[in-house]
Amino acid sequence: MSSQISQVQVRRATRSSKVGAIALVPILIFLAVLPYILSRGTQQTLVTLFSFIVLATMWNLLAGYGGMVSIGQQAYIGIGAYGLVYIADTLGIDSFLAVPFAVIIVGLISIPISFLAFRLIGGYFAIGTWVIAEVIKLLVVQVPALGGGSGISFGALSDFSPGRRIAYVYWFALICVILAVTVTYLIMRSRLGLGFTAIRDDEVAASSLGVHVVRSKRIVFVLAAMGTALAGTMIAANNLRLQPDSIFSVQYSAFMIFIVIIGGIGTIEGPIVGAIIFFALQQWLADLGVWYLIILGITAILITLFLPRGVWGLISGNGRIRLFPVGYSLNVSDLAKSLSMSKGTTNESG
Amino acid sequence: MNWLNAVVQGLLLGGLYALLAAGLSLVFGVMRIVNLAHGVLAVVAAYIGMVFVQNFDVSPFLAILVVVPLMALLGFAVQWGLFTPALKRGGLSPLLVAFGLAVVLTQLLQEIFTADTRSIPSGSLASSSFEVTPELFIGVLPMITFVVGVVVIIALQLFLTFSPLGRAMRAASDDSETVSLMGIDNRMVYALATAIAFGTVGLAGIFLGMRTQFSPTFGDAILIFAFQAVIIGGLGSLWGTLLGGLVLGVAQTVGSQINPSYGVLAGHLVFLAVLAIKPSGLIPKAVDR
Amino acid sequence: MEILQIENLDVFYGDFQAIYSLDLRVNKGETLAVIGANGAGKSTLMKTIAGVVPVAHGSIRYLGKSIENLQSYKRVSAGISLTPEGRKIFRSLSVEENLKVGAHTKRKGPWNLQTVYDAFPLVSERRDRLGINLSGGEQQAAAIGRALMSNPELLLLDEVSLGLAPVVVEQIYAALPQITEQGTTVLLVEQDVIQALKVADRVQCLLEGKTVLEGAPGDLSRGAIANAYFGIE
Repeated sequence: MSSQISQVQVRRATRSSKVGAIALVPILIFLAVLPYILSRGTQQTLVTLFSFIVLATMWNLLAGYGGMVSIGQQAYIGIGAYGLVYIADTLGIDSFLAVPFAVIIVGLISIPISFLAFRLIGGYFAIGTWVIAEVIKLLVVQVPALGGGSGISFGALSDFSPGRRIAYVYWFALICVILAVTVTYLIMRSRLGLGFTAIRDDEVAASSLGVHVVRSKRIVFVLAAMGTALAGTMIAANNLRLQPDSIFSVQYSAFMIFIVIIGGIGTIEGPIVGAIIFFALQQWLADLGVWYLIILGITAILITLFLPRGVWGLISGNGRIRLFPVGYSLNVSDLAKSLSMSKGTTNESG
Repeated sequence: MNWLNAVVQGLLLGGLYALLAAGLSLVFGVMRIVNLAHGVLAVVAAYIGMVFVQNFDVSPFLAILVVVPLMALLGFAVQWGLFTPALKRGGLSPLLVAFGLAVVLTQLLQEIFTADTRSIPSGSLASSSFEVTPELFIGVLPMITFVVGVVVIIALQLFLTFSPLGRAMRAASDDSETVSLMGIDNRMVYALATAIAFGTVGLAGIFLGMRTQFSPTFGDAILIFAFQAVIIGGLGSLWGTLLGGLVLGVAQTVGSQINPSYGVLAGHLVFLAVLAIKPSGLIPKAVDR
Repeated sequence: MEILQIENLDVFYGDFQAIYSLDLRVNKGETLAVIGANGAGKSTLMKTIAGVVPVAHGSIRYLGKSIENLQSYKRVSAGISLTPEGRKIFRSLSVEENLKVGAHTKRKGPWNLQTVYDAFPLVSERRDRLGINLSGGEQQAAAIGRALMSNPELLLLDEVSLGLAPVVVEQIYAALPQITEQGTTVLLVEQDVIQALKVADRVQCLLEGKTVLEGAPGDLSRGAIANAYFGIE
């Protein structure tokens, strides 16, 4: 039997993921040259889209893979954004170099926050993260060096001419979104990711198999915070002006949740698809004002109840198409071949 | 600085918070659903009350007779049509559905009433107070609100402890599958629990509307305060929710005595302190689920 | 007359078929014991009769009417009451409150708080204790009492002996005559074959979801029962 087993291969890539990988290269090249084609306004709009993709990917990491619903991720958007502005403007470090610093600082801050937040679970965890975000906002507003209640401007990029600046920010944002999605993909592909999926499905069972549940959850929490902070830096670079009420707004959470629900929770493709749809809807329904959010909310409710895997789930036939292969599959044809070659062995299964 | 006055006002405010939080605590206790729409529901009730009072030129207390049953009916429908199907889906669905509901309701209020702040006119009630000592005045409306809050908590507790339906709710929260083996329709139990919860939040909304100015986005703050009251007091205990509301109220008023902009922050900090030091709350539940 | 007729029953537990084309009949007033090893499908059968697990194919007729599509809570009002596997006493309610919940359907009959306390002194002694503080035997007695509070025509007992000391099991089964002499039909599921044979009018043995033996205890030899139980040809 053992020789037969060694002939069976475990594969990571699927047919669709190979197609996806090949198609990715021209898509990325195309995206990279866009600043030479598009207007400045459109580039800025795309940066906003990229930041939504990062935010949604991070929220999905937390909720879809980590099982933790947060409505307080705006805390890290804000700290990331303010951190970038402070480090670049006040400390004088080169803006793009300041980004990793800001992200790492947020990562460090999120560790003690996780100890507090993990005292709660489920819906109370969700509200708890919101309270923490509110506290952070209220504290930031008290600091004069950060502009208090009226906010702060991002001045360090004004050395560049507007055309250059916007293009640089666009490329920066493109790198960020590629980075965020790639890192998420690599994590979910790894043993760590397998552990996360096990925890999401059944914490007790995962724990009994040796998965360190709390530590894994903390890692997810910190990574999601860092990725969210990265999005915060993208937003700061794009808008150049930060106001506490808007950068710490819970509406970001609403957007993240709607994007991931509509796109499809628990997959890597879902948040990307959702962000694109959300964005398109935003442009298309912009004239409807308040009704836009109402439609979004109702759509999210309906999708949660009737289409729980979202639009991507629908397109991909519930997982049959995978552009980002995070799963495992057995090379079944080899297995069948090797079994048929040895008919007549006793049934050893218990 | 009149600390005694701050504490007393805080207690009275706490009564309102307890009244606001009671429904949240009940729904979570019976169904393990954290109703993220809870805050905006209080605001919905406030708006309905305001419309009723303004159009018919009656006392807000009469509006209560209309708003509470209306909200109860809404609760029944929402549970039956939205939350119970979401519970069947399981996982994150109930939370996400409640979130969607909260957003939809907030935006609907925004559409209908705009973002202007409003209040429920209560005539002379809003400003009348009685003197306890020359430094301590107690407002009549806050006093009534406090009493109503305490009465509602007591009534809910008595209902859960002694009535057959209350017993069924407690049994359902222990083991919902076995409850159906008793001949009890789970969906009905859940729907009635939510109806009661929405009814109390409707009552709370009217008092809220009389006490303060509100706008569509006010629900956010209410949800947070209700949640803080529940956690500070201890999950699963209505007495805890009452105590939690009082603690939160006092924290906020004392905080704003120190500095007017510190009030809400003080409440947050007390909440975080309880979370850090005694996460099961001040009155933890006897039976661990 | 037959109070329960099951014909050609197929039941799935998830993807796994637990019961295959099962036939079962229970006469009014009799005590039928369904025995078999772990995984034979006995508890699944009980849950299906109670309405907790759905029927894939086949029919269940109770008092002449088919109930396959009747919701579980409605079956209680019709007179079917299950004492579930694992007792499932409500932990945060006291014993007396558990009994009161059992009486929710307010069906008329000989059983009420007082008569249940009389039949089960153990339950009476613990009436104010919370469910979570009861021993296994106390929980089992309370669970049976709770099922009786709905005054069932057909009482289903699922694995009463599971996890209990033999002495305790004897005590609990000793109360069974008080139930059957009221005319209640009892369908019980047991791994403890000796106990089942002592109290049953008829016995049906299941193996991997199918019936392999049935008859009155007096008509069946120990050897035949053992062979059926273990699936030995």
